[in-house]
Amino acid sequence: MTRYLVTQTLNGLFSAALLFLIASGLTLVFGVMRIVNIAHGSFYMLGAYVASTIVARSRSLALGAVSAIVVVSAVGFGVQMLFLRRFASKPLAQMMLTMGFALVFRDAAFMIWGGDPFTLPYPPGLAGSVESAGIVFPAYRLFVIAVAAAVGVLLWWLNEKTLIGAKLRAAVDDPEMAAGTGINVALLSACVFAAGAGLAAFGGVMGGPILGGYTGIDFDLLPLALVVVIIGGMGSLKGALVGSIVVGLVDNFGKALVPELSYFTLFAPMVIVLAVKPTGLYGRA
Amino acid sequence: MAGRSRLFLILAAVLLLAAPPFLSSYWVGLLTQMVIFAILAMSLDILLGYTGLPSLGHAGIFGVAAYAVAVMSTTYHAGFWTSVASGVIVGTLLSLALGLIVSHVRDVYFLMITLALGMVLWGVSYRWIPVTGGDNGISGIPSLAAHAGLPVAGAVAFYYVTLLVFAACALLMALIVHSPFGFTLRGIRENESRMKSLGFNTWLHCYISYVIAGAFASVAGVVWAYYNGFVSPTYLDLTASSELFLMVTLGGPGTLIGPALGAGAIVLLKNVISAYTQRWLLVLGIVYIATILAAPQGLWNLWRRRTIGLR
Repeated sequence: MTRYLVTQTLNGLFSAALLFLIASGLTLVFGVMRIVNIAHGSFYMLGAYVASTIVARSRSLALGAVSAIVVVSAVGFGVQMLFLRRFASKPLAQMMLTMGFALVFRDAAFMIWGGDPFTLPYPPGLAGSVESAGIVFPAYRLFVIAVAAAVGVLLWWLNEKTLIGAKLRAAVDDPEMAAGTGINVALLSACVFAAGAGLAAFGGVMGGPILGGYTGIDFDLLPLALVVVIIGGMGSLKGALVGSIVVGLVDNFGKALVPELSYFTLFAPMVIVLAVKPTGLYGRA
Repeated sequence: MAGRSRLFLILAAVLLLAAPPFLSSYWVGLLTQMVIFAILAMSLDILLGYTGLPSLGHAGIFGVAAYAVAVMSTTYHAGFWTSVASGVIVGTLLSLALGLIVSHVRDVYFLMITLALGMVLWGVSYRWIPVTGGDNGISGIPSLAAHAGLPVAGAVAFYYVTLLVFAACALLMALIVHSPFGFTLRGIRENESRMKSLGFNTWLHCYISYVIAGAFASVAGVVWAYYNGFVSPTYLDLTASSELFLMVTLGGPGTLIGPALGAGAIVLLKNVISAYTQRWLLVLGIVYIATILAAPQGLWNLWRRRTIGLR
């Protein structure tokens, strides 16, 4: 029984780690630009696909990960600079644009890579499993949990301890004032959007060996990421962390215990949080 | 309304009434689809256009009503009126329940939460296999003529039944948005805090607006179930909700007529494109982007502004 609980909890934390990589970008983009980015799941999908192409050519997962992040960040940067920026402070128009791009990306991916599902190879040395106190657990999943934790620390450090983070927080609080003090808010916004896209792409690479890539994974992950952001509070990094852990665990135990209603078990914590605190756990009104 | 707009509408109404007997069954079917989605798009317009609440989960309510008809008529072999009533009632009860969750949030928050709820409904239809049949959906919904015992066999007869439902729904919705209640909704859209300080219970108005939109979406779902004879999770997914959102935005939010025309345009485009290529999603995405860039207020509003200089 304890063994089952520990294994399921670790599985839940693995989902939480992937969700955190996706949701942290989504929540940052929302915090700075008020954009509900429907194309965020597409960035995850594109990351997995780009990595698969590079890995197939070069046999190097690291190179695949780097190219996925670079390519998808560049796509995100372009989308923000060329399209979304024109509709600043019109959240509905921006949402619809990202919706258009999500559809275009999905069909483009289908055209370029075909509809066959695939998985990425495991990194060398992480394909096996780790055994401790009679519990066998895949090493790769532990690795992803550690990587996501490291990304979380890095984001926290960037946000709280560096000049870029200070500018970012200023832009979140009051974009006009921030621009008045000489911060290039447009460039900063585009960088945040690109970074969010890159994080999602990195999530796609990290999840690649287990979830892989397939047509429709973009819209499969988007609601999970949205629920994370809604629970945690839109715009809050800490909220994304807590929300990911809640959703990762609930989703995992829900799938294990009542598989038919797995989406429904997700919905319960969201409703409870919204009823008690409409802005989410760490969100501001 | 200016003369040219009115002329256009009368022409459209005459065509809708008189043309079908002379069209092939393919075009009659297409016209039926357009009319059903026009009901659905107008119902979303009450929320999006008149109340200013952007719902991205509206297809979910439509789909749940269609599923209710399918389950009642196939699994439980219920009669026609029982099936129709369960479709409308289940959809409306669902809106009553979901409305409690969403009515206190606005703007982007409303969008995100309705999106998540819509995905939950899709997930239930996809995963609750014993009831919904999962990915296979439910087929074998009896035809309207066989189930209702009315002399309405054939595509053209079904079309006229649909048109009748459409006319009734459109009339009701037009009455609602032109009533004092409808003007209150518009007030909330423009400035909610002012409406609040005037003493309006804005939460209740948003809630009722959500439920009304859900009830009309359920009616559309019931008609769709009988038209299609088959329901599956694809009618509830995010692509469906976003097609619907585009119908309203492309047509012109806050006009009822615009979204109905938008629905016709999207259904037509989807069928024509699908006949030539598999790339419907790509085209839909491009139409989305082009709409926002070129006509963010919608084509009907653009046309009205061109013809009479109306705001």
